[in-house]
Amino acid sequence: MNSSSVSDPPIVLAKNLSKRFGDFLAVDDINLSVPTGGCFGLLGPNGAGKTTTLRMFLGQSHQSSGSLHVLGQVMPEQTRSVRRKIGVVPQLDNLDVDFTVIENLKVYASFFALNFRDIESYIDELLVMVELEDKRNTRISELSGGMKRRLSIARALVNKPKLLVLDEPTTGLDPQVRHLIWSRLRELKNSGTTLLLTTHYMEEAERLCDDLVIMDKGKILKRGHPKQLISEYVESDVIEIHCSMEMANSLLKQVSDIRYELVDETVYCFTNEPLKIIKELETQAGLTWLHRPANLEDVFLSLTGRELHEAQ
Amino acid sequence: MDWCLPKVRMSMFAVWSRNFRVWRKLILPSTLFNFGEPFIYLLGLGLGLGSFIGEMDGVPYLTFLPSGLLASSVMNTATYEGLFSVYTRMVPQQTYEGMLATPLEVDDIVAGEMLWCATKGLMSSSAILVVGFLIGALQDWQAIFCLPFFFLIGLCFAGPAIVVSSLAPSYDYFNYYVTLLLTPMFIFCGVFYPVRTLPDFIEPFIQVLPLSHAIALVRPLASGQPLHNVLLHVCVLAAFAGIGFYLAVVLVRRRLIN
Ligand SMILES: Nc1ncnc2c1ncn2[C@@H]1O[C@H](COP(=O)(O)OP(=O)(O)OP(=O)(O)O)[C@@H](O)[C@H]1O
Ligand SMILES: [Mg+2]
Repeated sequence: MNSSSVSDPPIVLAKNLSKRFGDFLAVDDINLSVPTGGCFGLLGPNGAGKTTTLRMFLGQSHQSSGSLHVLGQVMPEQTRSVRRKIGVVPQLDNLDVDFTVIENLKVYASFFALNFRDIESYIDELLVMVELEDKRNTRISELSGGMKRRLSIARALVNKPKLLVLDEPTTGLDPQVRHLIWSRLRELKNSGTTLLLTTHYMEEAERLCDDLVIMDKGKILKRGHPKQLISEYVESDVIEIHCSMEMANSLLKQVSDIRYELVDETVYCFTNEPLKIIKELETQAGLTWLHRPANLEDVFLSLTGRELHEAQ
Repeated sequence: MDWCLPKVRMSMFAVWSRNFRVWRKLILPSTLFNFGEPFIYLLGLGLGLGSFIGEMDGVPYLTFLPSGLLASSVMNTATYEGLFSVYTRMVPQQTYEGMLATPLEVDDIVAGEMLWCATKGLMSSSAILVVGFLIGALQDWQAIFCLPFFFLIGLCFAGPAIVVSSLAPSYDYFNYYVTLLLTPMFIFCGVFYPVRTLPDFIEPFIQVLPLSHAIALVRPLASGQPLHNVLLHVCVLAAFAGIGFYLAVVLVRRRLIN
């Protein structure tokens, strides 16, 4: 599938990595090894420490303790040479608003000491790839959010990086743009670029990631393949019923092997045998319910809890 | 805080040329500004005041004034670039955040910005020089030797301005620097009259300010008089530039790498 093999050393290797802001531990003693090749996900609720972790990988933030190797080099000491081989799509676009689309790519290439003439045709290919070729001479302020994000991705590729780091690449974008970005990222992955992304969208992680960790409050809670985590942590099916817990209990008292969870007005029934429940529910007219396969979101919520994370 | 000594590398020119590219797009309005302002100042003040004042310090006022403005214009241009433009790129536009995803480091960014501030200072004073010759206020061709000093003066004021930007929570905080340091230098350091005319006890304070040293180099060169203590003045300006660069790098690192 791609040029890397199992024997490749990890592209990122973090040992007991911590980041402290004053008294606050934003990243708390994490151990992480990201394999070379494929797509690795960093999932977690708001404030989990995903961006802080990525910033350390890029030398934009220096760890308070622990050791970090990226592309086999020591961070933050070898920041310059590491950044030469990495592409970055930041959580908030920081395109250069003083320039047009094509100028953004040219100027960014100059920061890598790349000569624009040498990569002119490659830059044209990048514009085609992110479907911005008709926007070459448009100013950044005239681009939509989706166009800006696509340009950020093209910009991150000007130095043909070995590792592409994406911090919430599709947050706030419409479904068409998300699908376009997903398919481009899949192509990159297949051509041998290692992807490292953070996301809140479980669908995104399930579609793209070969391996992921779930973070919360600065710690890594779990690691695994999306499907494996789903089968390990939740039952195969989820039935969401809009009713009270008492009502659900009495409706389904004959059915065994159900795990219930109440969230707001909805009872979540986790089960490996959905048909029995459905049979019961179908007898109740006027009840609203939904049957779906369990997904990563269920794993995520069962691991990180359902309360608002930034409320504390 | 990261007190490591900054490294000076070729990559600083990438930052300089990014700014140059932006400037090139606005070349017409900025050229009009660079030439129009001194034209009005020199003609209006030089001729108007000059006809009352006649000579000052042995030089016609029409020559005395521009030879001071040459130095203060570098100061103002480099300072405003180091305050407003640098702050804009550092905070609201996040331009540096983008650069810090590339091999550029804070050292390169600050060095490139200082070069750019000095370049803009050099451009504005060169325009005054040209206008001065055109209207006959300046006549001695040794004035051309001011050019390298303009650049040095620009570096001398760029460093402290970037230090202020790196500490400022918002644009409004620049008022402290401008009102407490920049404007007093403009008025007291000898742009409009010789420092000697001020009360004696003030003079030592004036002598430590960099604009005094800038004027001590530029005025004699521009008005065709002999230069004194060149090494001293150059060293003071270079010290401000060097220490300003070091502090600016340390403080911008603190602000951006956290
Ligand atoms: N420079 C900083 N100074 C102080 N606290 C910080 C700083 N940067 C981040 N934090 C704190 O560290 C925690 C983790 O932040 P981080 O941005 O890494 O979270 P995240 O997982 O990326 O969240 P989100 O999904 O919202 O982007 C947050 O509580 C945040 O307030
Ligand atoms: Mg984040």
